[in-house]
Amino acid sequence: MNPRAGKWLLNGLLVLVTAVVLFPLLWMLSVSFMQPGEASALPPPLWSAHPTFGNYQTLFARAGMGRYFANSLFISTAITLLSLICNTLAGYAFAKLRFAGREKLFAVLIGGLVIPAQVAMLPLFLLLKYVGLVNTYAGVILPSTATVFGIVGIFLVRQYARGIPTELLEAARVDGAGEARIFMQIVLPLLKPILITVAVLTFLTAWNDFMWPLIVLTGQQHYTLPVGLASLSREHVQDFELMMAGAVITVVPVLVLFLALQRYYIRGLLLGSVKG
Amino acid sequence: MNRSSAAWLFLAPALLVLGVFFLLPVLAGLALSLTDYDLYALADLHNLRFVGLHNYWTLLHDPQFWAALWHTFYFVIAGVPLSLLASLGAALLLNSPLTRFKPFFRTALFAPVVTTVVAVAVIWRYLFNPKYGVVNFVLAHLGLHPIDWLGDPHWAMPMIILFAVWKNFGYSMIILLAGLQAIPADLYEAARIDGASAWRQFRHITLPMLSPILMMVGILTVSGYFQLFAEPYVITEGGPLQSTTSVLYLMYNQGFKWWNMGTASAVAFLLFVIMFAITAVMWRAGEAREGLA
Repeated sequence: MNPRAGKWLLNGLLVLVTAVVLFPLLWMLSVSFMQPGEASALPPPLWSAHPTFGNYQTLFARAGMGRYFANSLFISTAITLLSLICNTLAGYAFAKLRFAGREKLFAVLIGGLVIPAQVAMLPLFLLLKYVGLVNTYAGVILPSTATVFGIVGIFLVRQYARGIPTELLEAARVDGAGEARIFMQIVLPLLKPILITVAVLTFLTAWNDFMWPLIVLTGQQHYTLPVGLASLSREHVQDFELMMAGAVITVVPVLVLFLALQRYYIRGLLLGSVKG
Repeated sequence: MNRSSAAWLFLAPALLVLGVFFLLPVLAGLALSLTDYDLYALADLHNLRFVGLHNYWTLLHDPQFWAALWHTFYFVIAGVPLSLLASLGAALLLNSPLTRFKPFFRTALFAPVVTTVVAVAVIWRYLFNPKYGVVNFVLAHLGLHPIDWLGDPHWAMPMIILFAVWKNFGYSMIILLAGLQAIPADLYEAARIDGASAWRQFRHITLPMLSPILMMVGILTVSGYFQLFAEPYVITEGGPLQSTTSVLYLMYNQGFKWWNMGTASAVAFLLFVIMFAITAVMWRAGEAREGLA
């Protein structure tokens, strides 16, 4: 095969594959602007003859989508902040502070990664039921801080913090700085890139999370977008256009965040997978 | 304050959260699986009894559990190789010196990974709609019979497998791409000088150099795919005829629909043991291969 034909073949294949992969997302966007009932036709229309924002208006005005959106935003942000505090402090301690049993404790944590979060869900539900946290924001936020990205977050911060020169910290100690001040003034600024990575990964995972919010949120007023959308899609089986608008509202924020901070996201993914 | 106690203060928030909301529930789950915790116990704890391994014993004689296990295995056995093939194919295309606009294509192919499972599963349900769906429309144009993707128990799981491949292949693709870029170029240079064909270069350089990473993404994909739940919950609601009810779906039904928390905990632990055994075997197999190489 001559090189020119090979070049055309490979590039053509790449374009074709990408078109197939992106089609469902583009179709979602296009159908979300169709008139109610317009997509239920043969041949399936690819775009609307009379585009409308009506589906979005219906979702926000009558289906409580605004509420779900605010819930998702609040819950994901809270999980991200809490995880960031816990994981940064712990990751730094595992990397740079000396204490008895450090390596052993870290090995136990990494070993905990093999346990799927679902094993904890049933007792967690009962625990929260007895303390009255079922169907509350805290009922989603607190457990998710532990399971959504907890151990991987600690791992990522630890790997990064190991690169901080120990002499820098020792010099500050000689100058009489306390551990808290060293952390705030020297360590935190140096950790900034990895903190962005951990924050993006945690936020996206929390936003997309489904099973635990589905279990613990029993009332509509607390639903996150995925739980609300799943429930709406069972009621509105035939409303293609409305459901596609709902999917757009759910997916677009994470896609935008990913596109904006892609560099940090991919780095976290590669670092996180090396843990093996 | 000495440095060791400072360290424990730094660790305290993370250990507290992990201990209360992960470690404690896991241990409690093991205990729960040995009880007959159900709706009556939920109402009044005096109704709770210790039943030993009874829940496990009952499950192992329950056709529903075996069916759910089989559906999960079907999903893993067909879905994991397909996903990895798609990931490897896409990574090879992106790594080829002949292809262009790589950053764009890489981002586009990765996009499904960051999307919300529930939202894109809703799209899938309409794409595969038997009457108005685009997929059956295309099949009809190719001269094939329309398939009742959502209503035929033989086709529902293949549809969910296609969904999972589409949604997830980008993840392993990125990791494999990084692996491909780490293979020294002079290996290929030497092979070209010896006149090795593209296929032989792939077979004798790329695959062996990539095999540790392939094994790693294989293990990650297997343990992810065993946790199948949101996809059938949204697309098929576990049907038709229970054909897409996975082990985790069974746990959800047992625990949060029928309130058999004891049985549901036993389901969760059985799934954990099976996942652990299979990924451990894969891990060992990978290490043995490394040892020989």
